[in-house]
Amino acid sequence: MTTRVWKQRKLAGMNNHVQKIFRAEGWWAVVFLAPCLLGLLIFTYLPIAASFGLSFSYWNLLGTPHWVGLENYQHVLADPLFWKTLLNTGLFVVGVALLEIWLGLVLAVTLNQIWLGKTFFRTAYFLPFVTPLVSVAVVWGWIYEPEYGLLNWGLSFAPILTQWNGGEPIAWLYDPRTALWALVLLSVWKSLGYTLVLFLAGLQAIPNTVYESASLDGAGTWQTFWKVTLPMVTPTLFFVSIITLINGFQAFDAVYLLTQGGPQHSTTVLVYWMFKNAFEFYKIGPASAIAYLLFFIVLLLTLVQWQLRKRWVMHEGDV
Amino acid sequence: MKILRKWGPILILTVGAILTLLPFWVMLATSLLGREQVFQYPPDLFPWPLHFENYARLFDQIAMGTYFWNSVLVSALTTAGHVLFCAMAGYAFSRMQFPYKNAVFFIFLMTLMVPPQVNIVPLYFLMKLFGWVDRYEALIMPGLFGAFGVFLFRQWFNGFPKELEEAARMDGCNPLQTFWRVALPLATPAMAALAIFVFIGSWNSFMWPLIVTHSDNLRTLPVGISALKESFRDVTDWTLLMAASTVSILPVIGVFLLGQRYFIQGILMGGVKE
Repeated sequence: MTTRVWKQRKLAGMNNHVQKIFRAEGWWAVVFLAPCLLGLLIFTYLPIAASFGLSFSYWNLLGTPHWVGLENYQHVLADPLFWKTLLNTGLFVVGVALLEIWLGLVLAVTLNQIWLGKTFFRTAYFLPFVTPLVSVAVVWGWIYEPEYGLLNWGLSFAPILTQWNGGEPIAWLYDPRTALWALVLLSVWKSLGYTLVLFLAGLQAIPNTVYESASLDGAGTWQTFWKVTLPMVTPTLFFVSIITLINGFQAFDAVYLLTQGGPQHSTTVLVYWMFKNAFEFYKIGPASAIAYLLFFIVLLLTLVQWQLRKRWVMHEGDV
Repeated sequence: MKILRKWGPILILTVGAILTLLPFWVMLATSLLGREQVFQYPPDLFPWPLHFENYARLFDQIAMGTYFWNSVLVSALTTAGHVLFCAMAGYAFSRMQFPYKNAVFFIFLMTLMVPPQVNIVPLYFLMKLFGWVDRYEALIMPGLFGAFGVFLFRQWFNGFPKELEEAARMDGCNPLQTFWRVALPLATPAMAALAIFVFIGSWNSFMWPLIVTHSDNLRTLPVGISALKESFRDVTDWTLLMAASTVSILPVIGVFLLGQRYFIQGILMGGVKE
């Protein structure tokens, strides 16, 4: 019915077309859409356009920006520190993704088969995800303290690990060899529950009959996991990977609070580097160029995610 | 073997849950330590007696009340506005016919691809232009709109019969009255899901409030805690920091526990902003 009406409208002349549509509901639609649409245009589209323009401009906050072509991009790409930042971000993102995906999957499979306290465990693992990163980063900073921190106390029961540092207590956040990995661990702890919930949804979408036939065929626990569960959750696995990567590229809070990008730039990640350029060095052009490079990375990942998403069957409400 | 089968998974999950919750316990325990007990080795996880004066110090030594009030105000207003505007737009996409509907929808869709950090620098200068830097407007206004919520409501209304609304129209309600009196009350679950999402996101947000606030009395909790941490030169006052952190996470944990079901449904519908 509606499609026929629309076809007829298309056939009608342009003048007629506009008149007809705005006659009834069109103006009400404007009223309903205006706040959100204006908001997005002003607070998202305008800045993104400005960011694009600024990434090709020189501006030191005084005077007006002027066009410099690709200079900012050249400036950013010629800086070895940018490549260090990119490498750090890459290591961080891949580290978080790998740990989170495997831990999340194993925990979800385990959680899916217990008969007691399911909701309790899910809530417990999920709790870090909803808490402010700044507040929990404070505690992790304390846990990582070299002299009196909880982590080094725990590790003192495993002398092999302290030998790695020549018997000295490891200064997790002040040692360029460990600082980035300390932030990876914090990040994994923070968002593992989120991964877990996505995997649980994926697992519960697997019909029971599949497991029944596997057990009839005499498959053991491991065989069932590798040959049945894993192939069946592959779409979820891809989806979770991309989401984790996208979130990882946006890391900022913990770096700002705990390491300030140090020591020796070992934890300087993209967003933090952009922030420094913009609000500490007042190099707006290069900061915008970094923002756009970040945008392209995330855009690419988002497009991959949308492609995968079409194949990802969601089952809401049964988690 | 049978016992292992039955209890093994629970044992693994229990150990994992203890490790996951341990930082929260460390936070709480350290916030109740006396000053001289902090630099103790091994760390004291079961403080006795309990030093509640650390919490009192929050209000004497730093403007914790102000930070808390700012967080409450900003999160509450952001949530209320965000939910209302998204519901209106989602309703329009679901129920109304208008020209260039697909194009407008595409405009909404595209914003999901932009990470907020990309916008943050020019957005700051836009706030400067508006004269909103270091004012509540900068903390609230940009957070009032979002595409994810629009999709959530569009989906919700698409899956809901429109007979009641048609009846309301027959009775002479205009679309705005119909929306407000009939459609919106029926969308409570969608509103709850989005509200929890937005509230938690707003409460936890750090980078934006950090950039647009300069004076102490505009700081939200995360920015206040960060400033407190930076203010220590030689010796960090860990007990005070932990007390501040504990106070900052309690409301958000409360909201999450109350609306857990909705929150997780929202996640499965596919959008999380951190």
